Amino acid sequence: MLVAKIHVTLKPSVLDPQGVAVSQALRGMGFGEVESMRLGKYMELRLKDKGQSRAQVEKRVKLMCQKLLSNTVIERFEIKIEKGGAKR
Amino acid sequence: MKFAVLEFPGSNCDHDCEWVLEKVFKQKVSRVWHQDTQLPKGIDCVMVPGGFSYGDYLRCGAIARFANIMPAVQAHAKRGGLVWGICNGFQILTESGLLPGALLRNASLKFICHDTYLRVERVDSAFTNEARQGQVLRVPVAHGEGAYFCDDRALAELRQRRQIVFRYCDQDGEATREANPNGSLDNIAGILNAKGNVLGMMPHPERVAELAMGGVDGKVLFESALNALSGARR
Repeated sequence: MLVAKIHVTLKPSVLDPQGVAVSQALRGMGFGEVESMRLGKYMELRLKDKGQSRAQVEKRVKLMCQKLLSNTVIERFEIKIEKGGAKR
Repeated sequence: MKFAVLEFPGSNCDHDCEWVLEKVFKQKVSRVWHQDTQLPKGIDCVMVPGGFSYGDYLRCGAIARFANIMPAVQAHAKRGGLVWGICNGFQILTESGLLPGALLRNASLKFICHDTYLRVERVDSAFTNEARQGQVLRVPVAHGEGAYFCDDRALAELRQRRQIVFRYCDQDGEATREANPNGSLDNIAGILNAKGNVLGMMPHPERVAELAMGGVDGKVLFESALNALSGARR
């Protein structure tokens, strides 16, 4: 089993009002060191291990991100492929 | 004229669109389920209604964009047929690439539900030919993700090709920052595709198409579409 860990965040050029609101809350709570934050999504896909190369697997996951999991007009994504453990 | 109103799980303005087309404008309307793969024969205009298709999961419109009916809608648009997306319909059309850009979370982070004023930016389109240039329409919005966004290059293109058809404005027609309800780029409330046959807009003209609804400013869009379609038929 392989696990694809995907982070989707708004592009730096896109205003993230949720991130702004939450970072203001953190500063209000006394965490003055918070300069800014970006709020995003984390996704975990469990993939069948068919013995493909890491590059092949990554290519497929990248396609998923481009087609559905992110909107590349406003978001960017990062993918990590790992060997998976037991089913959850 | 024949209209199709798409229905996704979670659509909730489909009945409103149907009501206005049937009862107010006496048009033929087919409701088309998202799992259908074809539009009924002879459809002139496809309406993509508001709502929360697929629960707005992942992103608004992201899943609807891959519904079985969408290739037929793409083909209809490619043939030059009218496609009209309202609210969630606008989000679906941007996700599907029929319109440029994307709709972001409102800058206020709040769901907004109130009247807005729209300035008609062009009157030579299939959806505005019965309006006056600069006419101010009172049309309500109801959305949480309606802040229009695109990159600088796309915005320059929208302006150059005159694709921005409605801007949020005040009662006097000034597109001020205060009149922008959701943080949309350039006060954009509605855009056309480059060809002019696909319209996406966040405000709900179908909610102001009869006096009993508290306003009739939305009627002019329907009248324009009917006018454009009867012209095309002639």
